[in-house]
Amino acid sequence: MSESSPPSARCEVSFTVNGQATTLQVYAMERLLDVLRHELSLTGTKEGCGEGECGSCSVLMDGTLVNSCLIPVLQANGASIVTIEGLTAKSEAQELQQAFLECGAAQCGICTPGMILAAFHLLSKKPQPSVEDIRERLAGNLCRCTGYMQIVEAVAKVARCGAAR
Amino acid sequence: MNNSNIVGTSVPRLEGRDKISGKARYVDDMELPDMMYGATVRSKIARGKIKRINFGSDIHWQEFVIVGPSDIPGKNCIALIDDDQPCLADGVVNHPEEPLLLLAHPDRHLLPKAVEAISVEYDSLPAIHKIEESETLAQVIWGADNTFKTYLIEKGDVEAVWQTADYIVEGEYTTGAQEQLYIENNGMIAQFDAEKGITVWGSLQCPYYIHKALMKLCGLPADKVRVVQMETGGAFGGKEEYPSMIAAHAALLAMKSGKPVKIIYDRMEDMAATTKRHPSRTRHRTAVTKNGRILGGEIEFTIDGGAYKTLSPVVLSRGAIHAGGAYYWPSVRIRAKAVATNMPPHGAFRGFGAPQSLFALERHMDRIAEVVGISAVEIRRRNFLKTGQTTTTEQVIREEIDLDKLLDRALELSGYHVKREKFAAENRHNRGRKGIGIAAFLHGAGFTGSGERHLGSSVAIEGCADGRVRILVSSTEFGQGTKTVLCQIVAETLGLRYEDVEIAQADTQEVPNSGPTVASRTVMVVGKLVQSAASGIRETLKASGKIGDSYSAEDFRKACRAQVQEHGKFLSIAKYEQPDEVVWDEEKYRGSAYAAFAWAVYVAEVTVDPVTYGVSVDDFVALQEVGKVLHPALAEGQIIGGVVQGIGFALYEKVVWKSGRMQNGQMTNYIIPTSADLPSIRVHFEELGNVHGAYGAKGIGELPMDGPAPAVVNAIVDAVGVPFNSVPLMPEDIFDSLQQRAASASLLGSSQSAPLAREKR
Amino acid sequence: MRAQPAEYELVVPGSLPAVLALLAESPGQWLPIAGGTDVMVQYSAGNLPARKLVSIWNLPELRRIDNLADEIQIGAGCTYTDIRESEVIHREFALLSTAAGWTGGIANQNRGTIGGNIVNGSPAADSLPALLVYEAELLLVSKRGERRVPYSSFHTDYRKTQLAADELIRTICLKKRFSEYYAHTRKVGARNAQAISKVCLAALGRLSNRVIEDVVLAMASVAAVPLRLRKTELLLRGKRIDRPLTNLARTTAAAEVQPIDDIRSTARYRAAVAGNLVAEFLEQLRANEKAK
Repeated sequence: MSESSPPSARCEVSFTVNGQATTLQVYAMERLLDVLRHELSLTGTKEGCGEGECGSCSVLMDGTLVNSCLIPVLQANGASIVTIEGLTAKSEAQELQQAFLECGAAQCGICTPGMILAAFHLLSKKPQPSVEDIRERLAGNLCRCTGYMQIVEAVAKVARCGAAR
Repeated sequence: MNNSNIVGTSVPRLEGRDKISGKARYVDDMELPDMMYGATVRSKIARGKIKRINFGSDIHWQEFVIVGPSDIPGKNCIALIDDDQPCLADGVVNHPEEPLLLLAHPDRHLLPKAVEAISVEYDSLPAIHKIEESETLAQVIWGADNTFKTYLIEKGDVEAVWQTADYIVEGEYTTGAQEQLYIENNGMIAQFDAEKGITVWGSLQCPYYIHKALMKLCGLPADKVRVVQMETGGAFGGKEEYPSMIAAHAALLAMKSGKPVKIIYDRMEDMAATTKRHPSRTRHRTAVTKNGRILGGEIEFTIDGGAYKTLSPVVLSRGAIHAGGAYYWPSVRIRAKAVATNMPPHGAFRGFGAPQSLFALERHMDRIAEVVGISAVEIRRRNFLKTGQTTTTEQVIREEIDLDKLLDRALELSGYHVKREKFAAENRHNRGRKGIGIAAFLHGAGFTGSGERHLGSSVAIEGCADGRVRILVSSTEFGQGTKTVLCQIVAETLGLRYEDVEIAQADTQEVPNSGPTVASRTVMVVGKLVQSAASGIRETLKASGKIGDSYSAEDFRKACRAQVQEHGKFLSIAKYEQPDEVVWDEEKYRGSAYAAFAWAVYVAEVTVDPVTYGVSVDDFVALQEVGKVLHPALAEGQIIGGVVQGIGFALYEKVVWKSGRMQNGQMTNYIIPTSADLPSIRVHFEELGNVHGAYGAKGIGELPMDGPAPAVVNAIVDAVGVPFNSVPLMPEDIFDSLQQRAASASLLGSSQSAPLAREKR
Repeated sequence: MRAQPAEYELVVPGSLPAVLALLAESPGQWLPIAGGTDVMVQYSAGNLPARKLVSIWNLPELRRIDNLADEIQIGAGCTYTDIRESEVIHREFALLSTAAGWTGGIANQNRGTIGGNIVNGSPAADSLPALLVYEAELLLVSKRGERRVPYSSFHTDYRKTQLAADELIRTICLKKRFSEYYAHTRKVGARNAQAISKVCLAALGRLSNRVIEDVVLAMASVAAVPLRLRKTELLLRGKRIDRPLTNLARTTAAAEVQPIDDIRSTARYRAAVAGNLVAEFLEQLRANEKAK
């Protein structure tokens, strides 16, 4: 174990979360996930693994899907973050959330916020994904309850409705 | 009274809105004022005596709350079947990761370093890690002979069958440990108040298990312990008994510090320290006629329980009872035992012993078929249990089950015969070797034998001031749909709207003990009680003249409001009574083991890749008879989820052990299937009403875990022609076996492999 | 989460010159962190030795793709998603495109960078075999200046590279010489997505009338560093493809690799599969010519 380094100082980090400008005094290496959950009480984003494998911590950062457990908060300085609370408040993912309900895509619900973020991001990049596309692009979000089928069905349902319009 | 068909339709999940919006509250989402965080100091060795515990000099220990065995007010144990498992190891450790000390601090970031700063000196003792090692008794680590429990099931005359058999088929089958891998790690918050006592909130399946354990640990009476379930992010049995341990830890820290304490495991700790599916070894020796009929046999079923008894006797029981599967055994002797090793105790995981013994049996059936020279389909047809016949425990099958027909339907749905022919032809030309395999099986719902009677489950329904009714049960929701289905049942029973029924949070202060949420019992057993209690509510309102024999939902709500206004909140209670025909002899382990069986035939289609030896499951048909399907989407979701866990059990999920410690305790290295790894799982139901369950329902939660592993491995064997008798079956194992076969073929100068059985004549 | 954030420093200089100045000032003191998909995993596990980090995420000088006449220059700060979305990389260097789609899930592809993949130096990294067969060159940059080095010698040992303490990779240069080649890659992992490879092959071949005019083979997870299979290539160059040659290539490749037993797989499995992958490539190379 190396000799202990002097503790570093907190620094100022400013970003937008769910449309709201926020400035915090935090340690630069706090994980974005922890800042969201503890400083901002946005507990909808979950920790499942702490290693970027399960996707439960997925958020949008400048429109891009990322695992917030792997982002030092200082790297989010100046960014625009959207969490499940934001999507819900702005009804942006309403169709998707409704489809999740109708198709039984949420069982225990712990992977669901991350899954909805990932699906939302997928549909924003590819409004008419094939089932293969959906399966591939959700592969970074692990679910232990559903076996994925009803989740894929929910996303496909929204994609089809999107096509109809 | 007009039923709007609530039962049998896919109503919205009761708590679904909260789950899709991020509002659902899991234990780590909750904070209490002044809360501290807790962490656990754990053993780094598998077995030894603690000589000294050293606290590193770099840490400001005075800021920490430190709890050791001497701080335990009551008994240092996690009370379960036995009291042998300590809450904190006291002088002796028996498995890696065993808890030694507890720390708490207001800043959670300071804990990991503090934990690392505590070093323990041990006098190591030789440790054992395998069933075979335990059996040698070179080291006796538990009791007199390392044996937690044995069962003997005997039927007919086993000695006689060997004489008349045309074939005697032997086989040994093993299954490895499996991690439940709920996506939400274990967590608890505890608070202590001298007046109110201990309150814990957490991720859990069985509030009353924890209640009982904390009473003993803290030396507190029942009304001074309160357990509250938070939204729970997956459990699968992994939160049946383990939460009592983490609740105990949080409680001790809360008592010592006088502050609320939260303990949340990270993934590495959860994987390494908590329970896993029991590894198993099954040995079959079966006497068979030349037509493939089973005359009888001996089954030796052994599971590795880890270092303490915990629930091993119950897992053993279920595994032993299921060891004969869906077939008729005129004579059988099943010897079952659970042995001790220096591993973290193994525990409940969906299926609870049955996936282990059924894997062995269904592999063995294919083996018997091969020896006798008939097909995998025929061997099953000729041995299926029929209505009126008895199981291995001599339980008479009373329902009108037709497994032959179920098998036919599964074969048709999967295109089995056409595919089998097609694959045989294709395999000659193509490199990818395709195969198709079957598993036929059953799963008993509810507690075994007199278990339900001993539980004496109790439920209550409350009439509320707003005219709605409220269900009070200790049965918990953790994704399987408990809340939704129980509300459906009550709504349907009373002729109310689904929205007119609510269900209380599982809080031991508020709800009666309806038993643990395990054993696929909730809908069948608790649902039936809830139905009964609902009728009681209706009777009360009728008796008071507020409703007649026929009424609308609006009438009911009005009547309920009036009743509460006049007399205050009113309750209807229902308590479990064992049905007369469920008779069980605990001594001889004979009789009606379960109130109901669900039946299934699964068919798996695979391709074995000749370049990578990897297996892809290309199609999967899951056909089951589960009584009445109360909620199609939930039922389908349960089956698909269980099948995927079963596929994981077969092909992906390997626990890598070193000296009793899990080495691959990260999601990067403990592999479960992703959405890109699976075919569509095709789920179909047959419905045969069950008189014991609410609206004819049987349990379904665990059934889908039993079939996939043997179906998949049978398919792999069909594809490559090498017998595989273990799961998990990794590409590396397939490669090694193919190598061996190639090597021995060149040795023998032929393509014949070693004979599979001793022929009697 | 086993690290104590208060013990770590992270600075964001915001430009390449500023970063290089910092590295020059205190060489070896600051660990560069781009997308963090490797560093943050180590950090969370309490296994990151470094206490001072400098962010190189999203530096414009590093996150760009330039299509020059004779080569493509990929900034080391390009994410896997940047690479996947680049039409020119997809057209000219398809194996790299494909590898970028294998690395983690979408969320990790949006943050992980090719430079990070290289410097992290894991022999299992998905992009590295492709870089080897395309005979990439790296532009290394420091306050002292720039140097161009062949990628083939960049990895010196397990997780060790030629990078000096004050250097960063600036650009990965890929010469456009492979349009005539048949390109093939296959990754063998524990599952279809989000898997660390057990073996991975990137291969290029040029066949003329069944004669192998040129062949380039590289593999991940079979040695301490990403491995170029030069012995196997030598065996194959100039020869006519037939079954005996394919089988000989299989056994030669299996013997040329130096895999180990580890938590994911066994040495003997990796060796056998390595041989099978090469054989499969040759069969497809032949089939591809037949089809034309």
